[in-house]
Amino acid sequence: MLDSTSTILELLRSGDATAREVTEQALRAIGATQPSINAYTHVAYDAALNAAEAVDRDRKAGRPLPPLAGLPVAIKDVLCTADMPTTCSSNMLRNFTPPYDATIVANLKRAGAIVIGKTNMDEFAMGASTETSAMGLTRNPWDEDRTPGGSSGGAAAAVASGTVPLSIGTDTGGSIRQPAAFCGITGLKPTYGRCSRLGLVAFASSLDQAGPLGWSVEDVAIGLQAMAGYDPADSTSVDQEVPDLQSAVATDNLQGVRIGVLRDSIDQEGVAPSVRKAVSDAEKVFTDLGAEIVEVSLRHSPYWVPTYYVIAPCEASSNLSRFDGAHYGHRQSAQDADGAVDESLAKAEPLEAMYRASRAAGFGSEVKRRIMVGTYALSAGYYDAYYNQALKVRRLIRGDYDTAFESVDLLLGPVTPSPAFGLGENIDDPIAMYLCDLFTVGANLAGVPALSLPAGVDDEGLPVGIQLQAPVMQEAKLIAAGAGFQSKTEYHRLRPSGFIVS
Amino acid sequence: MSQSIDIEKLAHLAKLDLTEVERESFGRQIGEILEFVEQLAQLDTEGVEPMTSALDVQNRFRDDAPGESLSAETATQSAPAAQDGFFLVPPVLGTAATGKGS
Repeated sequence: MLDSTSTILELLRSGDATAREVTEQALRAIGATQPSINAYTHVAYDAALNAAEAVDRDRKAGRPLPPLAGLPVAIKDVLCTADMPTTCSSNMLRNFTPPYDATIVANLKRAGAIVIGKTNMDEFAMGASTETSAMGLTRNPWDEDRTPGGSSGGAAAAVASGTVPLSIGTDTGGSIRQPAAFCGITGLKPTYGRCSRLGLVAFASSLDQAGPLGWSVEDVAIGLQAMAGYDPADSTSVDQEVPDLQSAVATDNLQGVRIGVLRDSIDQEGVAPSVRKAVSDAEKVFTDLGAEIVEVSLRHSPYWVPTYYVIAPCEASSNLSRFDGAHYGHRQSAQDADGAVDESLAKAEPLEAMYRASRAAGFGSEVKRRIMVGTYALSAGYYDAYYNQALKVRRLIRGDYDTAFESVDLLLGPVTPSPAFGLGENIDDPIAMYLCDLFTVGANLAGVPALSLPAGVDDEGLPVGIQLQAPVMQEAKLIAAGAGFQSKTEYHRLRPSGFIVS
Repeated sequence: MSQSIDIEKLAHLAKLDLTEVERESFGRQIGEILEFVEQLAQLDTEGVEPMTSALDVQNRFRDDAPGESLSAETATQSAPAAQDGFFLVPPVLGTAATGKGS
């Protein structure tokens, strides 16, 4: 099974392993884990081997190679790939292959990465357990009766089960950080605008951001370096130089760094003792590294989840109107095989009836529920009370972050209220599922970067994460503090039982 | 803000055709979700400017020059029904029951 990105890149560079060998190993690991874990929606066997052989040929010929040459990566199935299906784990897009690569996919390929396949997710990234996928659920490699988290559950499980050293997820309300925490790996949500959204199938456009998942901070720094950068084709992409993130990894001294602990969130009812312990243990580690720990409170944090669950469904209801059965995706005739039309559609115009039948057949329950909530909140008479009010509260939330970052460099707190929960545990209770996002949605609403780090193990052997957040465009600060933490701890080196490093 | 939700009307606005089971469960669940988010009304937001984007982005203009684009053939490649680079759809007028369309 494939371990850390930095190790594999070293093997490739030194010539101790060929790209073909590494890719074959990734494909073997997928073959071994897919029946139980189901991390993938598509595996590109031939294309991956061909790409690997091209890298090996270039290396043999002494041609200059890009930084990730020969590294297998897996891509969440919400990112467009011109040579593979892009399903968003939805029946709506089951047979859809986009006409272009997402900019970040193109960036990774240009950096030499081998795209080995697409990973499972909650349908259209709406969920926190990967159980709403139309491609079957994904299991947690640490305990197969538990969820890997979501919505990037496949991306996290793909790394934790040793099939790839690096995967790319997206994070709208915690969808990189929560699965990373549940699967005992490191996950980074960059600043909104740091990575291009061109070719990222939109869920909530003002919140969506792609980022890397890997075992260590060094691995995700390598991933972000390759993905990030200004894209003129995305009007919300930030036109700023990406700093050298790997140099930030070398840090083992946090002298002069002020870290604000979000004490209110830790003391909240319902937070697992193992999560509290992980945060307080981390405070000690950071203190030992020379950082100063202070207490900070983000005043409007109790309003994060309700604000998110207005804004995200509103944007989703608008974004998902593009799936109409006309241009791409699933089309369902309003008539059944005998030519009969359902009563509810009989009076509709044929085109309208086709739209409604296609969307009814193509979308799963959670997607329909969110489209309905968003439609309601945006409808005449309710727009001000719901949507506009949520946008105003969002500004207050952002203001809290601005105030906090006047006195601290970073924020420290939990990622999730508990370690990985059981499959089926929250599936019938939307609000219980929404509360999984309690500690993560703030970063999306404010646009700040955030990092999820393995920082503990509970009594049942499940990984526990902690979260660091930084001011906008300050990923290097996150990486420095995260790398410092990992230089003094071993949690990112733990592997699920059955994980054989080869 | 709480009020009963007209699921039928909402489904119509969202261009969704719901099953009987969905109509029932959605009615209850959407009511609960709306009740949950209504706590936002407790906050005084008088004079607060709505925040529509995560970062303060400025409109970026580009030169009005033609660039490379997808061909009609490529753009219609994934369409459920297409002909000569055009999307094919059921008739706009009439009713589904008359048998015209999709």
